[in-house]
Amino acid sequence: MKEKAVRNVDLSDPSLSEVFRNGQSAARLSAPVMGLGCILHKQVIKGLLYLAIEAAYIVFMIRSGLHNLAMLPGLGSVPQEEVWNEELQVYLYTKGDQSILILLYGLGTILITILFFLIWRASLRSAYRAEMLDLSGRHVPSFTEDLKSLLNENLPFTLMTPPMFFITVLTILPLIFMICMAFTNYSKIDNHLVLFDWVGLRNFATLFDSSSVLGSTFWKVLIWTLIWAFFATFTNYFFGMVLAILINRKDTKIKGFWRFCFVLSCAVPMFVSLLIMRTMLQPEGAVNVMLRNVGLIPAGSSLPFFTNATWARISVIVINIWVGVPYTLLQLTGVLQNIPADLYEAADVDGASKVQQFFSITLPYMFYVTTPYLIATFTANVNNFNVIYLLSGGDPVTNLASTAGDTDLLVTWLYKLTIENQYYNIGAVVGILTFVILAVGSLLTYRNSKSYKEEGGF
Amino acid sequence: MKSAKMKRRRNNMIVHIILAILAAIWVFPIFWVILTSFRAEKGSYVSTFFPRAYTLDNYRKLFTDTTILNFPKMFMNTLIIAVFSCILSTFFVLSVAYCLSRLRFKFRRPYMNMAMVLGLFPGFMSMVAVYFILKAVGLTEGSMIRLALILCYSGGTALSFQIAKGFFDTMPLAIDEAAMIDGCTRWQIFTKITLPLSKPIVIYTVLTSFIAPWVDFIFAKVICRANADQYTVAIGLWKMLEKEYIDNWYTCFAAGAVLVSIPIAFLFLRLQKYYVNGLTGGVKG
Repeated sequence: MKEKAVRNVDLSDPSLSEVFRNGQSAARLSAPVMGLGCILHKQVIKGLLYLAIEAAYIVFMIRSGLHNLAMLPGLGSVPQEEVWNEELQVYLYTKGDQSILILLYGLGTILITILFFLIWRASLRSAYRAEMLDLSGRHVPSFTEDLKSLLNENLPFTLMTPPMFFITVLTILPLIFMICMAFTNYSKIDNHLVLFDWVGLRNFATLFDSSSVLGSTFWKVLIWTLIWAFFATFTNYFFGMVLAILINRKDTKIKGFWRFCFVLSCAVPMFVSLLIMRTMLQPEGAVNVMLRNVGLIPAGSSLPFFTNATWARISVIVINIWVGVPYTLLQLTGVLQNIPADLYEAADVDGASKVQQFFSITLPYMFYVTTPYLIATFTANVNNFNVIYLLSGGDPVTNLASTAGDTDLLVTWLYKLTIENQYYNIGAVVGILTFVILAVGSLLTYRNSKSYKEEGGF
Repeated sequence: MKSAKMKRRRNNMIVHIILAILAAIWVFPIFWVILTSFRAEKGSYVSTFFPRAYTLDNYRKLFTDTTILNFPKMFMNTLIIAVFSCILSTFFVLSVAYCLSRLRFKFRRPYMNMAMVLGLFPGFMSMVAVYFILKAVGLTEGSMIRLALILCYSGGTALSFQIAKGFFDTMPLAIDEAAMIDGCTRWQIFTKITLPLSKPIVIYTVLTSFIAPWVDFIFAKVICRANADQYTVAIGLWKMLEKEYIDNWYTCFAAGAVLVSIPIAFLFLRLQKYYVNGLTGGVKG
């Protein structure tokens, strides 16, 4: 009778409460002694592996883990000191605390603990499963069978674990690390580069306080970032679209040649073409030389492409058109060709001009279909580090007290704050705010877009 | 009737003229760099557009003058990094895309959401932290920097699986089902059926991940810091335009830029079809 009841239990995905409610002593005992349930129910190797993991975790925690966690709230306080050594007749340095390492090791320990918890949960489930199968007289999978299932039913586990490991270590851990920095005073200000403390929300307050230098810089950079992202996205979008329409017109000859000319420029690595542009637009660069030779500007003078704030801002937007339009051309050509031809035929019959057709058929259709693409491009432009850094480097700097120039975006400012000025905490706050703006912005536009509201309606 | 035809011809003329002007603007900088790479006069400031004399010395200097900026070494560094990170990232991207497209598991939705959220953070906000982490495990000294860069370039690639997933999504499920009935494991389906059938996307993934180390500049700069013997081509070219080098190295920069661009331009022109397919596939859905 009992065997039958056990047989009907669903073993595909048992929850922890099920394990404790329905499991026998072996499954329950696996909670303190991992793998015990497996060992007692014909899965010796698997059980021993679980046990080894538990042992390794306990050893790690005793040797360094607990210490790492205990240091985390205080972030260390022992400064490095010089001590005169009589025997050697030299100054020796005592090993002081390094807050940055304490923070890193603390976060690492927390991640390892989370990982251990996941393995612990898996071990309980597997003990429960083995026990249920064994008690109901069914076949308990052997170790080799388990290994084989890694290439079959459990293939996602096998294939996703290595990438997940690297994402955790090289993307998620660093992000959490940076987010933590936003709540510390890790900065060159007041010399907190070795020892720093938690300061709560003070950095956010500094940045939002528009009377401080950092605060006023933040608002200035934020507004320019949004202006830049808007123009960079839409100028490319329109120019790319118009160009695609011009090239793909029925009457245009040698279409392949025109496309080749434009695509050639995105075949050159972007950093190379940006550096070329920068040198060409210097006061003594090729463009100014040419203008002088032609006689458009007097000899000896030059156009201030990157030295005047307004000029620099327009320059980067215009050059971004040069850099970005070929990509847009490539991406939009396919979408444009998908516009139903009968819409245009009907418009022709009704006598609409090409310009009217563009504004009342092409544009609405394109907006409708490419909203997700536009959001992605806008996001990419807010985070467009390369174009600004390689072209103008954020220059010109008009306010010498601030750390940002007139063309600095939030990202390039973040770079300057962290790498050049070592204001790590403020840099982290800027990063978090960029994320918040992007997340809220893209969520709102996407929710309000037609392509979300009426999926597949056009 | 005649006037309509005339008007059409006139419009056609205007369009072609506009295209010609635009094409000239777009090709002009590339043309200029190629000219500069053959220019005999040194320095970045010239008074004429066309060089006064042509020479191959710039290319020769790039490969022989290794005392200050060791271009051949940089080239080898980048090549090694590119080969290994290409192998790793291709494996990561394709296997993640395959799992998300073909298999159903509990972690699937959370993973895709996570990839979307992580994509909104400024890419290199975490760069400083990555540097500290790599330093803590001892990967920022000497030749270990290469390993560090390989990990940096391949570690996060599994988050940009969308194009490959879009491709796998278009393949009929019936093939997988038939193979399953014949007793194939899922691993065999992946390696023996899906991959051979998806040559375009495999080639696309291999090449994009191979190109990445050649064109990335900022990650390499933060991780290499002052270790000049570990520099990649991108940092080298950037260095050549710094104030202290620009007078002697400007024409060599152009030569280096041309050398790096040729293979990439070749790959890109061959691959633009897949590039467009992947992107429009993503837009559609």
